[in-house]
Amino acid sequence: MRDFSYLRADSVEAARNAAALPGAMLLAGGTTLIDLAKCGVAEPSTVIDISHIEGLAAIDVTADRAAIGALAKMSHVADNAEIKSYFPAVSEALWQAASAQLRNMATIGGNLMQRTRCPYFRDPQNFPACNKRAPGSGCSAIGGVTRGHAVLGVSEACIATYPGDLAVALIAFDAEVDLGERKLKVEDFFLAPGATAEQEHDIRPGEVITAIEIPGSAAARRSTYIKVRDRQSYEFAAASAAVGLELEGDGRTVRDIRVALGGVATKPWRARAVEDALKGKALDEETVRKASELAMAGAVDHGANHYKIALAPRVIARAILKLGETA
Amino acid sequence: MNDQVTISPTTLSLHLTINGRDHALEIEPRVTLLDALRDRLHLTGTKKGCDQGQCGACTVHVDGERVLACLTLAAQVEGRTITTIEGLADEGGTLNAVQAAFLEQDAFQCGYCTPGQIMSAVACIREGHAGSDEEIREYMAGNLCRCGAYPNIVAAVRQAAQELRS
Repeated sequence: MRDFSYLRADSVEAARNAAALPGAMLLAGGTTLIDLAKCGVAEPSTVIDISHIEGLAAIDVTADRAAIGALAKMSHVADNAEIKSYFPAVSEALWQAASAQLRNMATIGGNLMQRTRCPYFRDPQNFPACNKRAPGSGCSAIGGVTRGHAVLGVSEACIATYPGDLAVALIAFDAEVDLGERKLKVEDFFLAPGATAEQEHDIRPGEVITAIEIPGSAAARRSTYIKVRDRQSYEFAAASAAVGLELEGDGRTVRDIRVALGGVATKPWRARAVEDALKGKALDEETVRKASELAMAGAVDHGANHYKIALAPRVIARAILKLGETA
Repeated sequence: MNDQVTISPTTLSLHLTINGRDHALEIEPRVTLLDALRDRLHLTGTKKGCDQGQCGACTVHVDGERVLACLTLAAQVEGRTITTIEGLADEGGTLNAVQAAFLEQDAFQCGYCTPGQIMSAVACIREGHAGSDEEIREYMAGNLCRCGAYPNIVAAVRQAAQELRS
């Protein structure tokens, strides 16, 4: 790891000013930044430690809205009783992510800034070509071992999978990220690679995430996060789904449904075609399975990741049917 | 890099509170808590396994919560309370209930992952995540054991959790 200067910011304002310095990167939990610095991927000249800023870790939740401070730890949000009641998919996405130690370190704001686990991205010594690291250098994954790579939202420049869980649950419920001067939908905060794979987030130099807000809804109250992976715990998703469901008074007709996918796309992926196909319909297994297939429209595989196209709709269907049963 | 605004790396003077004692350190900003513990303070009970946040061998407590020392900068934990495996037994040498349970259940083979397992288990029980074998497995998943001592590790955590509850 290259050496860097260390600055400790004691206020958001100080963090914003310091973050505008060339080569500066913000340090919160460190689980991405220090890891990538050790891999030689992140090479900050100045590290701005924001973890000592007071008052940025509050978790305020009512049935109508959750407001989560950027420095709240993943573990604290996962175990929060109101989050479990009003936003169960958010709690489930969090406790199924990483390990207990990492969840005690990683913050909610930092979680949104988590980078891909593409092994080519993480290994600059052996794989110099990576459009995410060095724009225009090419993509080592295309033509390489692609078992973990994305099938949705890919481009000729990049097929790296977005690895996180929390953001998948957040976009299902229209959460917003607060950047101080502006607020935007978490869904829009993440950028698909297109021709600019190096730009993963809509964040500008000098901007600091201060909070995440999630509007409450009946669908958020009745929600779940299902994560399928190669080992049962402490593993990234092969495919995951955050689903929320609101039924009509008859207990079987869909009034509102939210579906988002993880582990299969280049960014947290909202599956609106599935939602639209199920709104107003009575829930039965055949209808749900058929609608779930619609999530994979436009999917492009690169050989070894072909299985994700079959797996993801099954994960969606399992999540919807599970919520339907708990009527 | 822009050469108009450059801040050169410097040596930091830090005070860390580890196992109830204050330590003064002069280190480069990039030094992790793990390297500071092992190489500067000679507290070598905390192990370096992967050094990449994947194995859990370097688990310590910061303000009572388990974290990975390999992904924590020493500079970041100034002012926090740090506990390592060396700080678990009391001053008379009486082992923590989790340490005793690991001995009784033979919950290790080579022993390299054991300090991290024990630090993780102490926190796991305190968090209330040791209610069943299934829950213990889930919440101890961040600590890998290449010898495969998992069944005995689960038994040790279960035993210590029961003792500490009663």
